[in-house]
Amino acid sequence: MIESLLQNVDTLLLLLCAAGALGSAALMLVLQQPMRVAMALITTMVLLGAIYGLLGVHFVAAFQVLIYVGAVMVFMVYVIMLLEVRESIGARYSRLLVPGGIGFLVLLGVILISVWRPLPSATVEIGTTAYGIAAFSVSFLGEYWLLFELTSVLLVAAVVAALAVIRVGRVADERRRRG
Amino acid sequence: MDRTQLLIGVAVALFSLGLVGVIVRRNVLVMLMCMELMLNGVNLSLVTFAQQTGTTVGAVLVFLVFVVATVEIALAIPIVLLLVRDKRTLDLGAYNDLKG
Repeated sequence: MIESLLQNVDTLLLLLCAAGALGSAALMLVLQQPMRVAMALITTMVLLGAIYGLLGVHFVAAFQVLIYVGAVMVFMVYVIMLLEVRESIGARYSRLLVPGGIGFLVLLGVILISVWRPLPSATVEIGTTAYGIAAFSVSFLGEYWLLFELTSVLLVAAVVAALAVIRVGRVADERRRRG
Repeated sequence: MDRTQLLIGVAVALFSLGLVGVIVRRNVLVMLMCMELMLNGVNLSLVTFAQQTGTTVGAVLVFLVFVVATVEIALAIPIVLLLVRDKRTLDLGAYNDLKG
């Protein structure tokens, strides 16, 4: 009995987290100030981390909180504070608001209808994880080692590109000072 | 409706919300954040399918998406900073001269 109760609590928490994530994602489209949008996105990401935790993939939940919330969004919030440019009233949406909204509803409808059909049955019950961090690491560094190496090449390329962008900014600044 | 369908539905909804945000919003930073939302939707679907099939491929792809998202932000933010220093606004309409 306690087991079934726990299962129900698990499902309820999953539903609550999913609803919260969708709600704060919808808020991102409505809110005006970038800082509030960033807070809504952080809420969505934390709730998605909770969903990953409930599904049993705890290492993905940890990555989600550490990398997305801890690195990417902190960087984003820092930039918003640094810029301090306030959006003028009335310039929230582009001219594509109506076609974008219609396209959103059509896309959502089409994909949800295709998802609604019965999916192939799961080999394992969702939420009872079939692997942990050990199996993931062995698979990642054994079977997919090439992807791992390509990832490090991508990171180096990104560092070089970021340095190049900063250099472009410095050159432009010097030209402006002279001219 | 089982758990898989619920999670895939949430993932699709997150992706669609991100996509519509990129299309309809004018603020460059908000558009960037909507792109992150799309990647989050993709991640949720990958994790769900990895759980459904009981393989690690989905988790490996999620890890790669994390790296790509980080790289995207690390490059996009300096570009946005340069644009804002030049135009003094985050409004996309001011960047029309980038059309070439």
